[in-house]
Amino acid sequence: MAIEGNVFKFGSNITTDQIIPARYLQNQDPKHLAEHCLEDADPTFAQRVRPGDVVVGEDNFGHGSSRETAAVAVKAAGVACIVARSFGRIFFRNCLNQGLPCLVCPDAVENARDGAKIKVDLSTGEIEIAGSVYRAEPMPEFMRQLLESGGLVEYGRRRLEAEKGGGGLPKV
Amino acid sequence: MGNTITEKIIAAHSGKDSVRPGEIVTVKVDFTMSTDSTGPLAIEQFRRMGATRVFDPELVGLFPARRVPNKDIASAMLAQKVRQFAMEQGLKHYYEVGRNGIDLNMMVELGVVKPGYLIAASNSHLTTLGAFGALAIPMGSTDVAYIFAFGETWLRVPESYRFVINGLLGEYVTAKDVMLQIIKMIGDGGARACAMEFVGEAVEKMPVDERMTLCNMAAEAGAKNGIVAADDSTLEYLGIGPDDGARMFRSDPDARYARELAIEASDIPVTVSAPHAPSNAHPIESVAGTKVDQVVVGGCTNGLIRDFRLLAKTLKGRKVARTVRLFVVPATTAVYLEALREGLIETFIEAGAAVLPPGCGPCGGSHMGVLGPGEVCLTTTPRNFPGRMGPRDSQVYLGSPLVAAATAITGVITHPAEVA
Repeated sequence: MAIEGNVFKFGSNITTDQIIPARYLQNQDPKHLAEHCLEDADPTFAQRVRPGDVVVGEDNFGHGSSRETAAVAVKAAGVACIVARSFGRIFFRNCLNQGLPCLVCPDAVENARDGAKIKVDLSTGEIEIAGSVYRAEPMPEFMRQLLESGGLVEYGRRRLEAEKGGGGLPKV
Repeated sequence: MGNTITEKIIAAHSGKDSVRPGEIVTVKVDFTMSTDSTGPLAIEQFRRMGATRVFDPELVGLFPARRVPNKDIASAMLAQKVRQFAMEQGLKHYYEVGRNGIDLNMMVELGVVKPGYLIAASNSHLTTLGAFGALAIPMGSTDVAYIFAFGETWLRVPESYRFVINGLLGEYVTAKDVMLQIIKMIGDGGARACAMEFVGEAVEKMPVDERMTLCNMAAEAGAKNGIVAADDSTLEYLGIGPDDGARMFRSDPDARYARELAIEASDIPVTVSAPHAPSNAHPIESVAGTKVDQVVVGGCTNGLIRDFRLLAKTLKGRKVARTVRLFVVPATTAVYLEALREGLIETFIEAGAAVLPPGCGPCGGSHMGVLGPGEVCLTTTPRNFPGRMGPRDSQVYLGSPLVAAATAITGVITHPAEVA
């Protein structure tokens, strides 16, 4: 799957509080969350982002609170994927579960300027910026399968169907 | 080759003899829960899976504490959704406002945490429960929905980091100060996705509730879990015997660690973290004299009876500074009641503090004491991220209950010795 958009560059340790502050969490509708996405890191982001754009972070993107609404907000804002040096572990899993690809690629991060054009090929992990191509770290096999098979909700749904039928899905 | 305590607990719950860092395994979960803020999405995902019954209504909890008593109509609807699900599923562990508290602190009181247990639930500070020699792993709503349905989850076995805290803590120095220093040393993502294991004389001598403060802030270093091996004091705290379901795992002497750090406890100063990250920690002298508008003592990091006794000892016979709001936030209803019985609540009110209902209080910036533009708060709650407790230009400092008590009296960040 091919992604093409603009880079929105952020620093290290962007917290899920900054991605979606608690003052907005009484309403968990994705559209509402998208309107306040990354507000406490860049108050102009939500107005400027367009579908297909890519958020790029330095270290530990998505640090802190376990709020999955942060992943929901970024996805609902139209961000196609996130590229960073590393991710907060809960946020990474939440993005996986929300079908929002998170790619680890320090070289791409190093060379991604805010506002630059970027292309990402999710099937190969290739990231193209200013004519140079970088390759993201491959996701662990199990996580990749989970993402490709439709995510954890779909996995759970199939497992329940199989269990009703008396069988069981092969587990990890 | 030996195993760490974290590896042993994972192995025990995955039906394997042993596991290695990096491996992905499926583990059975001994208890799970969600809250009024993470619960609604978990319930939605549970239903989208087509699930109709939770795997065990005694092992799935729902704990309203974030936006209750209902902050507004929208928050009331979130609380309703969670309440309705709890009733529909016949959940044993659902506690209404008036009988409620912060999930992880409630779980300790309810006896659903024991040494050797594996708990996965949607509160990033679940790491706290590692203080009981349990493996407590924070997760998001969808992962918890899966556990609601199946009683198990997938895990990547973490690398373990070992923090050896030797010697004895100085006067006025608490577990809070220790953790702020550790996070300063390793950074906000310094233990990202790893297990933080705490050992050493200073840790062994820590009362269990201080170990909870230690493990609580492992979340601020990005850790998967924080853990202290259980001992007699752990069992005593829980009021259980060695045969009451506890499994007293310990790391093997030849267990392998990705990183080891030795810290001399007596070197740790009274510490305050300045805006806007826990890692921005300094000896209190660097920030002493900073004017504050609000002080908070309570929450999941320091909201137990020990913390309130320390606060009361300092506040007795004194007044909160005229321009300061002091909020006392009991972690649970039981803590509130105990503080009442010990006369602490009277001391707080006479000093001019406001005692809030048990729960998270102002920690997350949603209600119960939100900051105004440019306001400054010194809090015992664990986070001071940008915009955490108010608008983006509000400023939050982190410190121990002793620092908070002294600061509330003077109106500026103050070393506890100054008000002794």
